Amino acid sequence: MSWLLAGAIVLPLACGVLGLSLRPNRAMQQWVSLVAGIGHLGIATTLLVTVWSDGILVAQIGGWPAPFGITLVADHFSSAMVLITAIMGVATIVYALCDIDQRSLVKDFHPPLQALIGAVCGAFLTGDIFNLYVWFEVMLIASLALLISGGRKAQLDGAVRYAALSLVATTLLLSGIGLLYGMTGTLNMADLHLRVQQVENQGLLSVVAILFIVAFGIKAAVFPLFFWLPASYHTPRVAVSAIFAGLLTKVGVYSMIRVFTLIFTHDVGYTHGILLWTAGLTMVTGVLGAASHNELRRILSFHIISQIGYMVLGLALFTPLALVGAVFYILHHIIVKANLFFVAGATERLSGSSDLKTLGGVYREQPLLAALFFVPAFSLAGLPPLSGFWAKLLVIKASLASQQYWIAAVALAVGLLTMYSMTKIWVNGFWKARPASTEKPAPLSRLDRALLLGPIICLAAITLAIGLWPGPLYDLAERAGHELMAPSNYVEAVLGTSETAALGVGEGAVE
Amino acid sequence: MNTLILRETTRVLFTLILVFSVATLLRGHDAPGGGFVGGLIASIACSLYVFVADAKDVRRLVRTDPLKTAAAGLALAIVSGLVGILSGGRPFLSGQWVEIGGVKLGTPLLFDFGVYLVVVGAVLTFVLEIKEPASVPPADSDK
Repeated sequence: MSWLLAGAIVLPLACGVLGLSLRPNRAMQQWVSLVAGIGHLGIATTLLVTVWSDGILVAQIGGWPAPFGITLVADHFSSAMVLITAIMGVATIVYALCDIDQRSLVKDFHPPLQALIGAVCGAFLTGDIFNLYVWFEVMLIASLALLISGGRKAQLDGAVRYAALSLVATTLLLSGIGLLYGMTGTLNMADLHLRVQQVENQGLLSVVAILFIVAFGIKAAVFPLFFWLPASYHTPRVAVSAIFAGLLTKVGVYSMIRVFTLIFTHDVGYTHGILLWTAGLTMVTGVLGAASHNELRRILSFHIISQIGYMVLGLALFTPLALVGAVFYILHHIIVKANLFFVAGATERLSGSSDLKTLGGVYREQPLLAALFFVPAFSLAGLPPLSGFWAKLLVIKASLASQQYWIAAVALAVGLLTMYSMTKIWVNGFWKARPASTEKPAPLSRLDRALLLGPIICLAAITLAIGLWPGPLYDLAERAGHELMAPSNYVEAVLGTSETAALGVGEGAVE
Repeated sequence: MNTLILRETTRVLFTLILVFSVATLLRGHDAPGGGFVGGLIASIACSLYVFVADAKDVRRLVRTDPLKTAAAGLALAIVSGLVGILSGGRPFLSGQWVEIGGVKLGTPLLFDFGVYLVVVGAVLTFVLEIKEPASVPPADSDK
């Protein structure tokens, strides 16, 4: 079944190649992209189903056995992330059919989008920490190409900040990996899990752990490293910022969870204590930033930051329930967040504005759109019975169970402020009468409307379904959380032997 | 930048660096080197040429769109990975070998050559983009 793992990465990349070779025929590019997106969705679904029934899947690239070659690993967490990436990919491609007038772009859109999807899946599936760095770099290049595809000045401005901070992050990551390799002599994450336990200087290991926190923290946009995000996410096309908002920061969170459950668990009180404070401050600053803005996508950008706090909180508590909560939170959040950006874009197209001061009358003129905003917005705020309620419930319950009452209080208060922020958009943008100064744009054709609203409806339906029947997703998150808390299964699947035997073999080989 | 000294040195260095890059590419099979480093070295030669000549001349020299060169390289790398799967269901990127006149040729070389093309194509795209006057963006790409 190793082709499944490789296919989830290679198919989007191959489609990117095909797209580039079709240059400058952009109409053809988008159809190729759509077909590949649907194919990718098929592969990702099969992958999750296989992992669900057979357990952790491992592929050794080139047939080189771990820990020497590059290993691809799909456990419940990573295969769920791949599936959600594929869903977001298809939604973005469909939305872009209407949203992005291919002729107006100065750069191609679909090839870098496919490269981005491939790189994100690569980061989720890799079992090799250097390979993870490589996927981060590919992701950076692809996302830069997407950021500047419209060629406007504000986009370049946002892109420069994004690139500068990302380069700092990847440099720190590379230094961290280098130091780790120097101490342990391996890059395979499962092997690292065993070898860090034998490192004599555990203090040095904590220093390296901090490098990883900072590097992934910049990627995940946690406090105080988040400022690149609100500076760049509102500038590109809506389809682009939606997939960024849904996926990119979550790759940072995913890597953080992977590394801090598998490798750096030597001094949980110290490393995860830092993460706990970070989580609290991220939640608060994000939601306060959102309260101070009036432009839809800027508000939503700050909410990404605040929500990241909840996911990091799940990791920081480091109990099985908390990790279940974190996984549930990520999966629910990707869908909700990207959908909110889609709604913001659709509102701008259908009502002519994205600023709360000039927006109005959406509820009267576009009742369907208003209803479609309601679902993800109040799911984000955690209103029962939407998906966000269960996610927040799990994380807060876990923090109460760990007797971290202050962080539970912060999480509740931030939920309330999120509710305030969403109500602000609802009242000012959707409910109030249209200001006289704002002109109504020309109505869209039926097909354009369907392409614009189709992905929004599908994603909102998924949110509703998770909210009403949280059972299946909870089961998935539970399996993923327990796998993360007990890495011995992961290690055994990758190295193919029991822990002690693997250590003996590995040591002989290195010496 | 475009001085007599640079122009005349480039004339000599351009070929030398390209030969060196190919040597590095081939050496990479079991010594330090390989497609990525080789590609970077080759793109140094191309960048030198970009400095002394017009972007147009460079485009004429490389003939194809550099972005397409990169795409072709990536395609080569992917194909080299698929050979193993198609010829006997071995894992992705497994090495497959043929012997031609005593020289063993295999998919790892194909993969490295693909990487080489990706690097040269990508760097040339960046460098030419900087060298050429910015294309004026469409009046209103917002709406």
